[in-house]
Amino acid sequence: MSTDVLICGAGRTPFGRSQASGRQLAVGAVNAALADAGIEWSRVRAAFGGSDSAGLADTLVAQLGLTGVPFVNVKNGCATGGSALVSAVNAIRSGMADVVLAVGFDKHPRGAFDPRPEDWGLGAEYGSDGLMVTTQFFGMKIQRYMHDHGITPRTLALVAEKAYRNGGLTPEAWRRKPVDVDEILDSGMVSDPLTRYMFCSPGAGAAALVLCSPEAARGLEGEPVTLRSAAVRTRRFGSFEVFSPWIPGGPLTSVSRDASAAAFEEAGIGPGDVDVCQLQDTESGAEVMHMAECGFCEDGEQERLVASGATEIGGTLPVNTDGGCIANGEPIGASGLRQVYEIVQQLRGRAGERQVPGEPRVGFTHVYGAPGVSACTVLSH
Amino acid sequence: MATDPRSPAVAVGLQGSRCRSGCAVTAYPAEDTCPRCGGPAEPEVLTGTGTLWTWTVQRYAPKSPPFQAPPGGFEPFALGYVELAEGVRVAAVLDVDIREGLDGIRIGMPVTVTAGHGVPRARPMTPGEEDS
Repeated sequence: MSTDVLICGAGRTPFGRSQASGRQLAVGAVNAALADAGIEWSRVRAAFGGSDSAGLADTLVAQLGLTGVPFVNVKNGCATGGSALVSAVNAIRSGMADVVLAVGFDKHPRGAFDPRPEDWGLGAEYGSDGLMVTTQFFGMKIQRYMHDHGITPRTLALVAEKAYRNGGLTPEAWRRKPVDVDEILDSGMVSDPLTRYMFCSPGAGAAALVLCSPEAARGLEGEPVTLRSAAVRTRRFGSFEVFSPWIPGGPLTSVSRDASAAAFEEAGIGPGDVDVCQLQDTESGAEVMHMAECGFCEDGEQERLVASGATEIGGTLPVNTDGGCIANGEPIGASGLRQVYEIVQQLRGRAGERQVPGEPRVGFTHVYGAPGVSACTVLSH
Repeated sequence: MATDPRSPAVAVGLQGSRCRSGCAVTAYPAEDTCPRCGGPAEPEVLTGTGTLWTWTVQRYAPKSPPFQAPPGGFEPFALGYVELAEGVRVAAVLDVDIREGLDGIRIGMPVTVTAGHGVPRARPMTPGEEDS
């Protein structure tokens, strides 16, 4: 049986626009996580972290302290935080270290990402003709999903409305002003059927976790949460991903389905046992589809579930209680650990105004990103 | 409708590839190896007609570079994936006039798809083309 891993400290910065550098934000999140665990930096025996475009995590030792700690850089797109977390778990389980840091941070310029086709193995024409735009993919995936499963634009708007409402209850969130369904629907198409207010924006922020072996956790004052499982997967043949000149015919495979199934199998529980979850909501459509891909409902059930309030903080399956990416923005390297931070707060009963009622015991997190990678965790308390 | 000056004067078939190792996977653009099994693949010209599998509209000018706006400036354009008989869905710009609305686009509609100097381009088939 594998060793339990406990999350003893969790920290995050406010997300959004910031004068601070990504590295400065990272230091802030790390210090918050250390303080939450009640330990000094010198107690950390291994560290894993990264950003997509805000620098190398291992250089943070210049600010945190030159203790000689092994510090591994992780660069795994939207799964950067999740991959750092899995590495930290394995460091504890292997006996490499008993107190381990995972940190993710980022700072992006305004507007959509502007990737270069050659970095993705694509011809220059995909850039020059205007097909290297991430929002197109999100629009096309949900467009087909709506066609196949009867999801309506109003459901997409309800998902965004919930995100802004929950963001208003989250002090560190970026978008904290409520926006109603009609305003969301009328905010202007970005990539049909998705409107401006249905999308998250690239931004800045950082999140960090202190993970411990059970023995190391015993001596700490913080309230630990058990990390039941953490799984990362890359796409299999047959998936639909961003920047694809072609996709195979037939039913789609899903890396989110694969990663979530692996996380549930390792944890020994199923989606029905989850009391609160965080699902990648790059835009409203992603949250809708990820509800099904992660096993929380059948395809098409979202239309009824969302309208009934099931995914609200007081509902049967609260989703993205901190407002998710839509309200927090997306600093790529930080998103996955921000989700875990939120679940830790919920399971400890310390989520303040956005606390899920009834003492939630089991939480789940899911990130998805280009070019077909997903990281999921199951946590319990 | 407006014709994009970058459209090829002479449209040609899509140059794809097909796995020689028995898994029959067709890919676009052509690859040396099969993306499923890793075995060798050989060039194949793909079917020039199919159906629209999904679509969206690029409403704002993509960042430049890499985007090169056409002479006359950026205009919103439709794009999507066209499902071909070979069991492959190919990304293409849709040559549909969307200035008056999106009624001309629906999932499942028959389209022709051609290759040129840029990315594949698709346009709705006329009733006559559908019959032939």
